[in-house]
Amino acid sequence: MTRSTKIVKYVSRRLFQGVPIILAIIIINFFLLNLAEGDAVDVLAGEAGSATPEYMAQLRAKFGLDQPLPVQLLVYLKNVLALDLGYSFRHDMPVSDLIFDRFFATGLLMTCTILLAVGFGVLLGLLAAMRLNTWKDAVITVFALITYATPLFWVGLMMIVVFSLKLGWLPTSGMENVAAFYEGWDRVKDIAVHLILPTVTLSLFYLALYTRMMRASMLEQYGQDYVVTARAKGLTERRITFVHVLRNALLPVVTMAGVQVGALIGGSVIVESVFAWPGLGMLAFESLFARDLNLLLGIFMLSSILVIVVNLIVDIIYCFLDPRIEVS
Amino acid sequence: MTEKLLQIDNLFIELPTGSERQHAVQDLSLELAQGETLCVVGESGSGKSLTARAVMGLLPAPHVRVSGGQINFNSEDVTKATYDRLRDIRGSEISMIFQEPMTALNPVMSIGNQIDEIFRYHVSMSRSERIERAIELLRDVNLPNPEQIMNAYPHELSGGQRQRSMIAMALALKPQILIADEPTTALDVTTQAQILKLIRDMQTASNTGVLFITHDFGVVADIADRVVVMQHGIVVESGTVNQVLNSPEHPYTQALISAVPSLMPREARSRLEKTVLQVRGLNKTFGGGKSFFGFGKPNREVRAVKDVELDLHKGETLGVVGESGSGKSTLARCIIRLMDTDSGEISIDGNEINGLSRAEMRPWRNKIQMVFQDPFASLNPRVRVGDIIAQGPVTQGIDRDEAIKRARELISIVGLDGRAFDRFPHEFSGGQRQRIGIARSLALKPEILIADEPVSALDVSIQAQILKLLDEIRDQMNLSMLFITHDLRVAAQVCDRLAVMRYGEIVETGATAKLFANPQHSYTRDLLAAVPGKEWKTGAKSSSVKSRTKSA
Repeated sequence: MTRSTKIVKYVSRRLFQGVPIILAIIIINFFLLNLAEGDAVDVLAGEAGSATPEYMAQLRAKFGLDQPLPVQLLVYLKNVLALDLGYSFRHDMPVSDLIFDRFFATGLLMTCTILLAVGFGVLLGLLAAMRLNTWKDAVITVFALITYATPLFWVGLMMIVVFSLKLGWLPTSGMENVAAFYEGWDRVKDIAVHLILPTVTLSLFYLALYTRMMRASMLEQYGQDYVVTARAKGLTERRITFVHVLRNALLPVVTMAGVQVGALIGGSVIVESVFAWPGLGMLAFESLFARDLNLLLGIFMLSSILVIVVNLIVDIIYCFLDPRIEVS
Repeated sequence: MTEKLLQIDNLFIELPTGSERQHAVQDLSLELAQGETLCVVGESGSGKSLTARAVMGLLPAPHVRVSGGQINFNSEDVTKATYDRLRDIRGSEISMIFQEPMTALNPVMSIGNQIDEIFRYHVSMSRSERIERAIELLRDVNLPNPEQIMNAYPHELSGGQRQRSMIAMALALKPQILIADEPTTALDVTTQAQILKLIRDMQTASNTGVLFITHDFGVVADIADRVVVMQHGIVVESGTVNQVLNSPEHPYTQALISAVPSLMPREARSRLEKTVLQVRGLNKTFGGGKSFFGFGKPNREVRAVKDVELDLHKGETLGVVGESGSGKSTLARCIIRLMDTDSGEISIDGNEINGLSRAEMRPWRNKIQMVFQDPFASLNPRVRVGDIIAQGPVTQGIDRDEAIKRARELISIVGLDGRAFDRFPHEFSGGQRQRIGIARSLALKPEILIADEPVSALDVSIQAQILKLLDEIRDQMNLSMLFITHDLRVAAQVCDRLAVMRYGEIVETGATAKLFANPQHSYTRDLLAAVPGKEWKTGAKSSSVKSRTKSA
């Protein structure tokens, strides 16, 4: 069997195994969310200011909230299997439309963040390790330590203060200038400009983490026997660093990055709120307060699918980086 | 008179300040001629590996450096060579092979790529030419399917194949000097014999000078033309192989050589007919399980132990010998019930213990104990030595004061200072730690001791001491011992009877002397034939063997 058919088989099996996991996540989330006091009707009634108990009971019956929990769960599961994620009473829209609308924004933010954090983290770590114990190494290490220790929301706020308010270089919030009605490349450029601050904010912490990991990993690999062999073969230090050591040193960083995609979604709640980025994080935050359980469940499900898919991608990258890992 | 390829004069290698000693190598001088094999012999810490690295300018800079002397390679002092000149020399004029072929190769690069690099960085050749040369090299070192091995990664090859690839790499540009740093230490004895022969053949073919670093006098006897013996960074003796091995002058050389166990088996001691341990039809299989959800094809299945039958008599030492992967350690772990078996019977004094639960097994634990191979990994680094020894008896319900008293006794029995009681394992050397391991296993006053390669991680002089200790306590305490080893020399000196294992099966059993004199199975013959230095020191040293047996 060739490697590519092996990988196809592996991917399909992993996706298949993901189904029961997602099902379990839905069920657990369903009960967890229902453990919290209050439902959408309470919130609606509270906002309306004057709702009689009869009207509230009527609303509950309409939303199906008067049924016992297991029945509600079964109804929900049945709908999910038919790819119907329910209806958000709060937004007056089907949940799936809402989520997919926002998914693009979050997906864009996350992709850019991961690329920036892993890319620059690896680069800085590599540089620090190559220039060990010089001023470059010291600057990079101090930078990594400081960003590592600074809270995310504070960085976000300070970036807005400096780059948007004082210097006026970048927009404070949002994903695009809606009023300008840009089209084509102008719109892409507009979104890119809006993207800078949230991406940098969200990635700083991870960037610091990967810088430190990469540096340590490089130093560890430099001490390995195969490096002595490479020197004994008369290779240049360049070749040893970039071909022999780098690939081995990348392995732990890739593993870590894969694991942290889930945490990144959590981090995006804060960043999206600070920068009013219209993504899933902000949507989740809002729906939590509106007790919009259908919407929350939908977001959770999408997040879990995302994590499973990203882990799969990381595993596949890993088996290309490390021939010792066999797909089976 | 042959041309001197390499001449080292008064070499000093300095260690970082605060090390145990100031110089790793002190005032070392040696010479190597074309086509000659010079063995540098010494125990761990003698500075032999650093000497080898210094020749290639590969000392772990900046902490360890050459602080004096000259290393002349074809009359050019490499200690003063520029970085670029050194890089030129490395891999093309002087090349090196290392001890551990798994870690010495880059795990994520194919063998073909790793050979190719040498050509790319030293000579200009077209890509197809380079590939052709690499395949040719792999064929020269007798690797099967060279085309396939080009694309293989190190983990896909066996230890011997990896070392062959390393040699192919080292000889790619027909270097004038080959430095081999313990190249066969990590290999099985039959593989070792093949690799030694390969190095010999390659050397004759291209008249290479070989600087061979080793701790094994058997290997020295087989391949060396001249020998340099090092101790604590100083050359204590040098001369032709015949001089050094057969009439050593320096006391250290004499001690080292007399510590090498003779291949002449000891006489079997009288034993009682009573069988203390009986194993019947023991089977153990690894893998073969299904994946989590029960579909997909089953994992690869390895039958580690196949239908093994053993009888251990009261007061005898039964050796289990075999190469790595033969299942001897698995067998030991199954017998002591650290692993569950698939099927089979294990009985102690006629009582079946296989299949007992953990709780039911507990009273039997003080009958049978184990000494492990690696004295560094098998002692908990956070527990004091006294507690390590006393823990067993305390778990068995013996009064704590009593157990501590016994632990102190044992510490002196195994020849350690009484102060060892309150220290941690890392404060001891390898040999001392193995003594602690032995004391620990004796604390429960076992009747049966299973020793799993107890000396294979130790230097030869320490090895002799530990073997002597095991001998003494066995007689003192009337122990029956199951002794697992890959080293036939050790087996010859320790075991009354031997069981030879291969691929999980016992292929031959018999009294040690009989088995050595007249091996029946072809595998036993192969093993015996592969022991390095067998011509040397077989008949000649029988007198010392006799005196050992008498004193025991």
